[in-house]
Amino acid sequence: MARAAAPEGASMRRRGLRVWLRAWQLRHAQTFFYTLGQVLRHPLNTLLTAAVIGIALALPAGLQVMLDNAHELTKGWDGSAQISLFLQPKVSEQQAQALARELEALPEISTVRYISRAQALEEFKALSGFGDVLHMLDENPLPAVLLLTPLAQQSPAALEAMIQRLQARAEVDIAQLDMQWIKRVYAMLGVVHRILWVLAGLLGLSVLLVVGNTIRLAIQNRRDEIVVIKLIGGTDAFIRRPFLYTGFWYGLFGSLIALIMVLLALWLQAEPVARLAALYDSHFQLRGPGFLTVLGLIVGGCLLGLAGSWLAVGRHLREIEPS
Amino acid sequence: MIVFSKVSKRYPGGFEALSDVSLQLVPGEMAFLTGHSGAGKSTLLKLITLIERASQGQVFINGQNLARVGRWRIPYLRRNIGIIFQDHRLLFDRTVFDNVALPLIIAGHGQHEIGRRVRAALDKVGLLDKEKMYPITLSGGEQQRVGIARAVVNRPPLLLADEPTGNLDSGLSLEIMRLFEEFNRVGVTVLIASHDRELIRYLGHRVLRLDHGQLTADTRVQADG
Repeated sequence: MARAAAPEGASMRRRGLRVWLRAWQLRHAQTFFYTLGQVLRHPLNTLLTAAVIGIALALPAGLQVMLDNAHELTKGWDGSAQISLFLQPKVSEQQAQALARELEALPEISTVRYISRAQALEEFKALSGFGDVLHMLDENPLPAVLLLTPLAQQSPAALEAMIQRLQARAEVDIAQLDMQWIKRVYAMLGVVHRILWVLAGLLGLSVLLVVGNTIRLAIQNRRDEIVVIKLIGGTDAFIRRPFLYTGFWYGLFGSLIALIMVLLALWLQAEPVARLAALYDSHFQLRGPGFLTVLGLIVGGCLLGLAGSWLAVGRHLREIEPS
Repeated sequence: MIVFSKVSKRYPGGFEALSDVSLQLVPGEMAFLTGHSGAGKSTLLKLITLIERASQGQVFINGQNLARVGRWRIPYLRRNIGIIFQDHRLLFDRTVFDNVALPLIIAGHGQHEIGRRVRAALDKVGLLDKEKMYPITLSGGEQQRVGIARAVVNRPPLLLADEPTGNLDSGLSLEIMRLFEEFNRVGVTVLIASHDRELIRYLGHRVLRLDHGQLTADTRVQADG
């Protein structure tokens, strides 16, 4: 008898839990749509609040997109680090050619281009516009140059070591790695990235305050309703729920507005950037926000909305009690 | 159903709203709570609904000692009490139906069950045809009946009313009181705070009389009507 009763009791409990879960889901679904309706019933108020949130979110999101583009732009360059070997003036053309062949055979070097002193002079004349000045000199002051392209994917330390070895050779006057400026660009991007986080933190805080204040006003406007609900047995969770959902909606709409603003700004920039890129013989095109940026923006916006309303509700709901 | 045992309520500042009140209402009883304004009627009702807590003594509702009810359990206690207010406290931005449905939504009933019970409650108070109207378009008596429908829709075993006829003329007042008698006939315990002595005498029932916070009379009058 007792053995038979136990599983029955367990199944009763399970059924009770299922009923409770169903009721819980139902209440959340009701609140979800009820608050959406409430928010959409006052489109102007909602739009104003969401726009403030949107602007606050658009700034860090836009900066993130800019940074992504800058990384994209520099990605093509760090592989093309070149080493310039300026040879000693006394090195003959045959010696230079021999050196070029020797270096080309090295495993860590992909190509070697030899620029003779005469070629260097021609290039200089063509590119600098100082050709006439050079005529006044007795002899060609330019050294011969070997342009080495190292294999890609070498660590900066390995490159540095290679430079040292090349520098040590008798034929070489100066060995120079043209990578310093890329390091500087990366360092600058690092600074901008840090600024982005500070900005995102500050603006996230302002979103929290905007939502918190909006929800605080909503709570005050519905003071009578809250009292009545408390009097007829509404729990704190029941009263809190619509406000939390309202904060969530503000966050969602705000992040969507931010996304639209970023896309609009990108669209406005696309043509001038393309023109600039064309002047540099580049096919670079502005990229839109990546999947992770969009996801981060929307999830972050919703969480900030929820957190802001949670703060306001936590602070103000206890103050309202029936008397 | 309701037991007060030597209950006193002192407000901060020293004013004693109730002093040493003991009384008992058995399940299914109907009683009036009377006395001049400031005699402690409202305070007594507030102690039952845990809007206030007693300074001394103990209050039991349905065998439960209210001093032992923590803050988070108050809502569940109130779901077993239907409360009717003098100013009915309806929500004016919702229809009559939505006002009456509120306790059921709070308790987590399904849509179908809510519709059935709300219509039953509205039918009981004679407002079935007004479910889609807003409370502001109703008369004072009708608004009060919506308030009563909201209080009984959850079928609570206890009904409390604080001056439910305070704003109504005598004809409407009698109608409302007859409604309470109907609920009482099906077993609901009813406690009504009112200072309308004529009406109380006319209806009969038990009368608890408060004076300056003290219970001065507990009588049963024969109904005239």
